Amino acid sequence: MCGVCGCGDPEVVSVEVHERVLSANERRANHLRDHFRERGLLAINLMGSPGAGKTAVLEATAAGCRGRKLGALAGDLATDHDATRLRAAGIESASITTGSACHLDADLVHHALHHFPWTNLDYLFIENVGNLVCPAIYDLGQAANVVALSVTEGEDKPLKYPVMFKAADLVLITKVDLLPHLPGVRLETIADALSRVMPSPLFFPVSARTGEGLPRWTAWLEERRHLLRDVATPELARLVP
Amino acid sequence: MHEYSIVQALLEQAAAEARRHGARSVHRLTVTVGELSGVEATLLATAYETFREGTVCAGAPLEIRAVKARWQCPWCERTLERGAVLECPRCARPARLTDGDEIVLETLELEVP
Repeated sequence: MCGVCGCGDPEVVSVEVHERVLSANERRANHLRDHFRERGLLAINLMGSPGAGKTAVLEATAAGCRGRKLGALAGDLATDHDATRLRAAGIESASITTGSACHLDADLVHHALHHFPWTNLDYLFIENVGNLVCPAIYDLGQAANVVALSVTEGEDKPLKYPVMFKAADLVLITKVDLLPHLPGVRLETIADALSRVMPSPLFFPVSARTGEGLPRWTAWLEERRHLLRDVATPELARLVP
Repeated sequence: MHEYSIVQALLEQAAAEARRHGARSVHRLTVTVGELSGVEATLLATAYETFREGTVCAGAPLEIRAVKARWQCPWCERTLERGAVLECPRCARPARLTDGDEIVLETLELEVP
């Protein structure tokens, strides 16, 4: 009833909401993040174009992280090729087949973890669907976003896809062993492009084939894992009488 | 094209608000979409037209307000020029995005009995 004259007409009211549209995903992601932190597990959301070398970097990471337990969830529209490759490299892996979805979300990751032995891992790599657009805005509960950008993709990719690179904590410039064959591509130009889309640009040139740059990357992972523990400790300390 | 999943999240959010207020239907939605939100307003509008049918928003127009990206120095609050290196030229501090990454449901007009 409209409440003014009692005519029985419905009333239209304006409601202030001011809530992020992806807030439900963010709540689920925070739930995952809490689980990861409790277990001292570093979760990395690895993003990049199809063919940027995400899987190859992880294969090479396994070789450089002996003594650490690595796991990976590989998101793909179809096939479980990436997970099979990662398993062959010694990484506990499962596929998240998205069908037609162009990105992973916190629900997909949460569901996959129910069937995946993740609790004793040191690192969990969530290899997102190859795409420089959609995955950038979905929080998966990761501790850090890492974007793989190959030197063959073009120096201006960061300027063309600013949303993705803005979200990155670290950019791995992959396939740098190919630079001698690409006379038009300069790392300085890529670095300049990154500095215009990332407020604190951090990038490591790497090659999964030659191993160049990988020690720096694995050292970064280890640092981030320690940071996680340092952050987690005061919270745990409060729980212990 | 993730605009479809954004619209699904938006419709769920609107339906939840409508339930909370005991509303029969939604008359209008207003959302803000930032330039660096990763969402394209035109695609969002198309996805909305496709998915609103049969929902509590079936009769509700979607108003999309675009928000320009703004990078600012967290120290001196100077706004950086578009396309510039994201470091304050005066304070040498990394800039902070103050506007332009939002996808926010701002207001709803609800029909209440």
